[in-house]
Amino acid sequence: MYVAVKGGEAAIDNAHRLLAEARRGDPAVPELSVAQIRAQMALLVDRVMTEGSLYDPDLAALALKQARGDVVEAVFLVRAYRTTLPRFGASVPVDTGVMAVERRVSATFKDLPGGQVLGPTFDYTHRLIDFALAAEGEVQAAAEAEPRDDAGHCPRVTDLLARDGLIEAAPPDDGTPPGDLTREPVDYPADRALRLQALARGDEGFVLGLAYSTQRGYGRTHPFVGEIRVGEVAVDFVPEELGFPVPLGRVRLTECQMVNQFKGSGAAPPQFTRGYGLAFGQSERKAMAMALVDRALRAEELGEPVASPAQDQEFVLAHCDSLQATGFVEHLKLPHYVDFQAELELVRRLRAEFERKSEPVEMQEAAE
Amino acid sequence: MSETAMPASFPSPLRGGVRGGGGADGTVALDPALPPPPAPPRKGEERGDTGSGYNFAYLDEGTKRMIRRAILKAIAVPGYQVPFASREMPMPYGWGTGGVQVTAAILGRADVLKVIDQGADDTTNAVSIRRFFAKTSGVATTTRTAEATIIQTRHRIPETPLSEGQTLVYQVPIPEPLRFLEPRETETRQLHALAEYGAMQVKLYEDISRHGHIATTYAYPVEVAGRYVMDPSPTPKFDNPKMDDCPALQLFGAGRERRIYAVPPYTRVRSLDFEDHPFRVQEFTYPCALCGAEGVYLDEVLLDDAGRRMFVCSDTDHCEGRRADGHVGTGDAA
Repeated sequence: MYVAVKGGEAAIDNAHRLLAEARRGDPAVPELSVAQIRAQMALLVDRVMTEGSLYDPDLAALALKQARGDVVEAVFLVRAYRTTLPRFGASVPVDTGVMAVERRVSATFKDLPGGQVLGPTFDYTHRLIDFALAAEGEVQAAAEAEPRDDAGHCPRVTDLLARDGLIEAAPPDDGTPPGDLTREPVDYPADRALRLQALARGDEGFVLGLAYSTQRGYGRTHPFVGEIRVGEVAVDFVPEELGFPVPLGRVRLTECQMVNQFKGSGAAPPQFTRGYGLAFGQSERKAMAMALVDRALRAEELGEPVASPAQDQEFVLAHCDSLQATGFVEHLKLPHYVDFQAELELVRRLRAEFERKSEPVEMQEAAE
Repeated sequence: MSETAMPASFPSPLRGGVRGGGGADGTVALDPALPPPPAPPRKGEERGDTGSGYNFAYLDEGTKRMIRRAILKAIAVPGYQVPFASREMPMPYGWGTGGVQVTAAILGRADVLKVIDQGADDTTNAVSIRRFFAKTSGVATTTRTAEATIIQTRHRIPETPLSEGQTLVYQVPIPEPLRFLEPRETETRQLHALAEYGAMQVKLYEDISRHGHIATTYAYPVEVAGRYVMDPSPTPKFDNPKMDDCPALQLFGAGRERRIYAVPPYTRVRSLDFEDHPFRVQEFTYPCALCGAEGVYLDEVLLDDAGRRMFVCSDTDHCEGRRADGHVGTGDAA
């Protein structure tokens, strides 16, 4: 009788064909197009781009289609594609101060230059299932207003606070190119640029949970949303042979600036501190969570005790990546029978020794 | 084999070195049936090499160079974990991305690749990785240990003794042997720098005081070349003695943890133990039910729900080879 596991090749082929069929689902239902996913699952596409570290809505939409809507799997596809792309260089830092703002809210000031712009948001909707959507009715066109006088001028709240020295100055750009954690292994302690990269790529759920923990006392930072802004910014690149910036295109971003508990010393007057979040597309939850965790991770730099998970950079950076986490958790599905056999052998031997030791006692009892 | 003879074949500089500079026993002639190698890719134009839209063996040449540097450093400092810029691979972390990157970096067109998981060539993940390289590099693959120049493995070392010129590439989940004693990388790197391995000895001692034995049965820590304590990857400790003084080059890749380490050929690899509790490997009561082999690692196969089971070779190539040579097991349940 031959029982060793054979037939792996055929089984894999058949499983993948079955997967393709399951992905398509009922052929009587029209197939989803990539354009439909991109347009109507836009926030999902944004999340896949953010965690995939690649701004390409069509590719993200295709990945979602291929992944049957599994976010981590779609991120995986995008990342595996991204890793093969050649690098030409880094863009000029984008200026979110001149963002074409679609949405901009501040929780710290009732009104401010550029105004509060609600934009497309779930905020203040009643979360009641809209059965009319199932009937696929026409959508009422959005209202339009005259632009405000200051619409083109929307300075960042943190810049307004910084003018009076109320918030710590933004760290100056000393020209050091930021590290790239997809190209270099992280060396702890990691600097803030690397930490922000890791958080931007990090799993939204994990980063959200960490952020939440800081609000519940595990590394409290007393945060206020200085502002959240969503909109397009231009991306410029300086080709070596030209020596001046040329526009590459525009990307849609969500930026969150948290204004946190102040810090002061005998030498310096108290100032608010910053937490920063940035994500592709409209990803407010992610940008906010990232800003909270960024601030928590600055604990050591700001002289605060490092006592909570969200303040511990090795804990956060080593575990926030959904691909690393899912890969290692799911690898438990792989065969482990060689190691398990080793454990079985040991447990059996220990049990046999245990029984040998207790044997004379049993015999004695039997004799009695 | 020199780089001038095969300009774009990405010959493995490592195994060339191990063979003593190439030319002698390790020389492999280019198969005349192979198409002429394409011109070396220019920067940013590495694609299209295999017709799959990707470079030879998937990784771009810049990445391979980075990995080779890490491998060379690892060989120079046996057992030391060298950080490397692990790439995102098209298979999940924890499923062999480290081993795959090491293999991709050292693979040349003349190589013959064998991939095993749990000792077997036919387990699903081994099939998947072997196919990946067959597709992206077009190199020959084999299940015969003796025929392979590169063997990528998960959890086992083949029973057939390895020889000079062969490279064994291990897939490693947790490269840090001290990780479960000290979770912080900043701490463990210091412990290695100071060769401060007392905690590991205490752990093994605690096993003995609690169980009467060292209760580590796989990923059993070893000391390499008298210096670094190293995790041999989750191979059963049965395989540890095969690492010692092995003629083949042993490379270890941990993709998620971004570490590469190595045991050069003919290096002392000592399993940690005590004078009064010397290191011992697992012993099986029965021989392989299929080929009758003794002194090999066996898988236990459950036959029914009444407790019937049989023990068969974990190394399928070894088992098949023995049966082809006429060895027969009892075929019985144990």
